[in-house]
Amino acid sequence: MLGTPPAREIAVVAFGQTDHLRTTDELSEVEMLMPVLHEVLDRTGLKTSDIGFTCSGSSDYLAGRPFSFTMALDGVGAWPPISESHVETDGAWALYEAWIKLLTGEADTALVYAHGKSSPGSVRDVLTRQLDPYYVAPLWPDAVALAALQAQALIDAGDTDESALAGVAARSRAAAADNPHAQVPGPPPQGEYVVRPLRTGDCPPSRDGAAAVILAAGDRARKLCERPAWIRGIDHRIEAHSLGVRDLTDSPSTRLAAERAGAFERPVDTAELHAPFSSQEVVLRKALRLDDTVNVNPSGGALSANPVMVAGLIRIGEAAARIHRGESDRALGHATSGPCLQQNLVAVLEGDPR
Amino acid sequence: MPEVLKAPLVVEFPFTRSLGPVQSAFLTGLRERVVLGVKTADGRTLVPPVEYDPVTAEDIRDLVEVAPTGTVTTWAWNHEPRRGQPLDRPFAWVLVQLDGADTALLHALDAPGPDAVHTGMRVRIRWAGERSGAITDIACFEPYDGAAPEPGGHDGRFEEMVTGIVAPARLDYTYAPGRAQADYINALAERRTVGERCPSCRKVYVPPRGACPTCGVATSEQVEVGPRGTVTTYCIVNIKAKNLDIEVPYVYAHIALDGADLALHGRIGGIPYDQVRMGLRVEPVWSEGGRYPDHYRPTGEPDADYETYKELV
Repeated sequence: MLGTPPAREIAVVAFGQTDHLRTTDELSEVEMLMPVLHEVLDRTGLKTSDIGFTCSGSSDYLAGRPFSFTMALDGVGAWPPISESHVETDGAWALYEAWIKLLTGEADTALVYAHGKSSPGSVRDVLTRQLDPYYVAPLWPDAVALAALQAQALIDAGDTDESALAGVAARSRAAAADNPHAQVPGPPPQGEYVVRPLRTGDCPPSRDGAAAVILAAGDRARKLCERPAWIRGIDHRIEAHSLGVRDLTDSPSTRLAAERAGAFERPVDTAELHAPFSSQEVVLRKALRLDDTVNVNPSGGALSANPVMVAGLIRIGEAAARIHRGESDRALGHATSGPCLQQNLVAVLEGDPR
Repeated sequence: MPEVLKAPLVVEFPFTRSLGPVQSAFLTGLRERVVLGVKTADGRTLVPPVEYDPVTAEDIRDLVEVAPTGTVTTWAWNHEPRRGQPLDRPFAWVLVQLDGADTALLHALDAPGPDAVHTGMRVRIRWAGERSGAITDIACFEPYDGAAPEPGGHDGRFEEMVTGIVAPARLDYTYAPGRAQADYINALAERRTVGERCPSCRKVYVPPRGACPTCGVATSEQVEVGPRGTVTTYCIVNIKAKNLDIEVPYVYAHIALDGADLALHGRIGGIPYDQVRMGLRVEPVWSEGGRYPDHYRPTGEPDADYETYKELV
């Protein structure tokens, strides 16, 4: 398996994202989503009826709206019925499913999208509902609290300290100054403790947004995109269920996913890491063996814009877009889901030699 | 521009969950102030215990009692407790490795402030006054500098084992329907039914959701439809809905309003339930102060020809 190239050449040929906003009261999910769907279709010249497979990622819990993903399907022209699927997690996993579908040869093009409208609820509380329902969820530990336990473990292990975390946050927000979609462009003050040791600046601005990607195989990809971002491998892995069983300072699942995706075969020049909390970037850099030669999160990362269920797909999209623009030759895209980097996906993308 | 519609929305549900044998023993033990772990094949003791080995996925059933005292392995100071959390005053979230266990348990630590908490500190369980067999039978942890008591050697068999938990969940939202549906709802309050036309296929969607599901494009051209319409299909409801003051049997129907390319649904009144039929012509009946039609009633017109509505059935 290791070192074996994918059975088919498949590339990300287009990527689009909304501006990520604090609230989008005036928009339903499909209204928020449609502009990015049209953006990626326009960029490739494809019509919805040209798409071989459609796959989306979202969670009804965010907006408290049952079957919101079926409503969102209106935006892709899903009637009469199309070949379509949905994952109840970050859209990066929808991209994985679409990649598999294309690898089987059942489709040559795929539209992947994700939307997250968390402003109607409290995302810190909503995310408690994904935890172990017997031993953990009844205590309502919110997403920041769990990340803070991980951050303290890293501090105790000597892997980081509060000023180093502030440095991660500042670097991310400074990078986002060039990102017109980011919600927090430019460095804000590090702020007060939310749950100590994490301060406002260490936490993501988790708000509303959507993103879309188009995948295409072989020559189709070359026709649709001047410099396709070829997917050399994707893999995703998960940690043990219970937080107290894990070493929170490490991410063996990320390392294994990266290995299986071929990330360690040759160095990458760019890495888009889905680290919603500054402390999680410390864990990911270690797991992925990224040194200072790698450009980490030039988009500003999830600390600058973290629409829940979308931010992982955006990482792969941002990595691909840098290849499209000729700013990267080999990039890693990472997505995470669950508390304290519970589940991790790694994609390795390459551009043809210039 | 009309105001953006919003309304509070509470999603609340008591999840009833059954327990596996290991979870059952652990939670029954908490009720009896006994803490149990489970042994893995490689000899580690997991607390809280799980049904399957996290490394090998084997069934594990070998229960062992551990101490109610332990050591903090990491912590986080929560100065603003949120609803449902173990304490309603500032506290520390902690992972605690109980004496005799090889893994850590998540809970709250009652401490006067962050300066009183550190990794490595010794703590013990403070039991809840009333215990039912749930993780909340541990009220929280508290600082403790005494010796670790000898564990009792309990085998996990109790009278009246707990076999399930009821976990209430509640999430509060502020619901906003978006532009298209807000326009629809606002028009209804003025006793007008407004759909939206697809710029591509020209179909009129009622109620509008902002997109044409066939063409995948935004709809925005508003079209007033009705008020009259045609019953395209219907059913007879014989079961009384909770909190709904309507006598059964009654008829619930799909109604294609004149000018609409999609049927909406509503109750049919003003006619015996067994006389409702496909093709029946109906009009809305608005109640005083109502923001939407209470029901639809026959207009007295001749029935519509099937050919005129067959695409909308």
